[in-house]
Amino acid sequence: MFPLTEENKHVAQLLLNTGTCPRCIFRFCGVDFHVPYRLPYKELLHGLQKFLETEKDGLILEVLNPPPKKIRLQELEDGIDNPSQNGEARSSVIEDGSVASKNSNLNVCNVCLGILQEFCEKEFIKKVCQKVETSGFEFTNLVFSVSFPAQISVREHAAWLLVKQEMGKQSMSLGRNYVVQLKEAYKWITHPLFSEELGVPIDGKSLFEVSVVFAHPETVEDCHFLGTICPDCFKPAKNKQSVFTRMAVMKALNKIKEEDFCKQFPCPPNSPKAVCTVLEIECAHGAVFVAGRYNKYSRNLPQTPWIIDGERKLESSVEELISDHLLTVFKAESFNFSSSGREDVDVRTLGNGRPFAIELVNPHRVHFTSEEIKELQQKINKSSDKIQVRDLQLVTREAIGHMKEGEEEKTKTYSALIWTNKAIQKEDIEFLNGVKDLKIDQKTPLRVLHRRPLAVRSRVIHSMETHYVDEHHFRLYLKTQAGTYIKEFVHGDFGRTNPNIGSLMNLTADILELDVESVDVDWPPSLDD
Amino acid sequence: MATEPVPAEPAVPSLVDRYFTRWYKADLKGKPCEDHCILQHSNRICVITLAESHPVLKSGKTIKSISYQISTNCSRLQNKVSGKFKRGAQFLTELAPLCKIYCSDGEEYTISSCVRGRLMEVNENILHKPSILQEKPSTEGYIAVVLPKFEESKSITEGLLTQKQYEELMEKRSNGTASTS
Repeated sequence: MFPLTEENKHVAQLLLNTGTCPRCIFRFCGVDFHVPYRLPYKELLHGLQKFLETEKDGLILEVLNPPPKKIRLQELEDGIDNPSQNGEARSSVIEDGSVASKNSNLNVCNVCLGILQEFCEKEFIKKVCQKVETSGFEFTNLVFSVSFPAQISVREHAAWLLVKQEMGKQSMSLGRNYVVQLKEAYKWITHPLFSEELGVPIDGKSLFEVSVVFAHPETVEDCHFLGTICPDCFKPAKNKQSVFTRMAVMKALNKIKEEDFCKQFPCPPNSPKAVCTVLEIECAHGAVFVAGRYNKYSRNLPQTPWIIDGERKLESSVEELISDHLLTVFKAESFNFSSSGREDVDVRTLGNGRPFAIELVNPHRVHFTSEEIKELQQKINKSSDKIQVRDLQLVTREAIGHMKEGEEEKTKTYSALIWTNKAIQKEDIEFLNGVKDLKIDQKTPLRVLHRRPLAVRSRVIHSMETHYVDEHHFRLYLKTQAGTYIKEFVHGDFGRTNPNIGSLMNLTADILELDVESVDVDWPPSLDD
Repeated sequence: MATEPVPAEPAVPSLVDRYFTRWYKADLKGKPCEDHCILQHSNRICVITLAESHPVLKSGKTIKSISYQISTNCSRLQNKVSGKFKRGAQFLTELAPLCKIYCSDGEEYTISSCVRGRLMEVNENILHKPSILQEKPSTEGYIAVVLPKFEESKSITEGLLTQKQYEELMEKRSNGTASTS
């Protein structure tokens, strides 16, 4: 059934006469159910003509796109009793009207600039879908996003003012929410077509996004007057191609008075010279996250690439040894590595390893069975004897928080080989075994002071256990609060960590080797192999 | 664990030798033997210390007191740095004084920065216990920590002596005193 009623007739007639497409007419008549918008364009046009014809007898068929001057002039007369519309705007209607009549066969809607016309056609949808299919992404649903040229808001505003005025004549009011948004109508029409063509549902929460950006050659021409009236809304910025962005135009439209708008921009909007162009069709997949624990068995391997003055100090790193494999398998664009703390290049991480998580940016493949992930873990482990990975699993973005939460609160255990300048006996180190929850003050170590703020941090050494080696060496096992600088606790860092092993033993102590024995964060969940 | 191999003595280079390069400024401001030692970390941070040959470290000297008050209205103790970029640090030129050391024999020595940079911290521990300056001059008895500008981290040591040049100078000095006496 045709969706317009008797009370829409005047508005529909007016819009049709001024070069507005049937679907935009529906929008301005507040048609808020989807089905009518999806009808074929020709059918809609025909239906609309028939609907209007019943009253105005044949006149309509002739006036369709472009409207004859006769109608335009009639409009003009109507406008005269509106003092806010001055001659300037009037004359531009006439000028542009003549332009429109020259390009009469284009029939581009003066409001949507073709968005609800050819860009709703199956042909265009197929073109987008081809791009999606060749992009090589794996997806089970999708979210569709669309960006329209900025001046559509201007034209929409002009049409809204026109319709408001027309309805006012019939003592009807027009609310902002009465009009169906262009974006809404476009989605109502295209979603089922995409869904059918690609065979997956459209889901606003999908991580897979297909985005289409439309542009229009007359954007500057249409928006220019706003820049003159509200120059502060259009400040040039480095990464903006044009000052007339959608947000800036909306802001200016909110500020400008209706009378001023009508003086500067034709209401109804003139017929455009061209249809929108498709600036880009892009596919992107939201990031996915992989977590696990790693062991580091090398004292020559940094956690992240070690680059000084653009030169690599060491050829590899923990994050690369793990992430390179993930990048390949997930076919991702890039990655971000994060972990629960970090160890120095010369420190090993033993025991159950250190929790880590890797964000895979724009992955083309995202669906894996637990078996496949296990194979991936084996692949990583076979590729290097410097690191090993366990508990590898897909996790959510939110779950990464558990890893960072634990960073400062949880405990860590270490094993350190200590050297002393004075000769020691077993009895000299035994007292350390009895020290519990020792509070120490650490100034930011000199070795990291160049890149971290200077502060005194209070840390707790929960417990220590000693193992005598010889007159100048012993092994010290420590359980400490996360965030404790162990090397500095041993040698004292020029007396900047206090107390330290040297001060406790009343000698000079140094640390020869350090291993992380455990990072006591119970995330990610351990998997049984 | 007792089976693990034990490195022979000396175990490894000392903490200072592992991470720092030693630079020297001899006869500061023309005052004989007032030698300074600057320990530059590989991350460009400089720790200002007394060289072994400085008169204060000669046997028999007793430090009466140390003062970071270098003029009536400037004390190095007022230095405060904040944030990653160490805002608020006092800027030091090569000759900027850091502290004064007063000895019981009435002698007074001024210790200078020797390198251009921003003052990170001074060692307050030596105020309470001046003896650590003599006991451990190149570690716990340091004077101050200075952060040179990133772009000057190489050039600030240009006017300083290397370890080798310093050792040669020490030899020359001892020969000199031997011949004149």
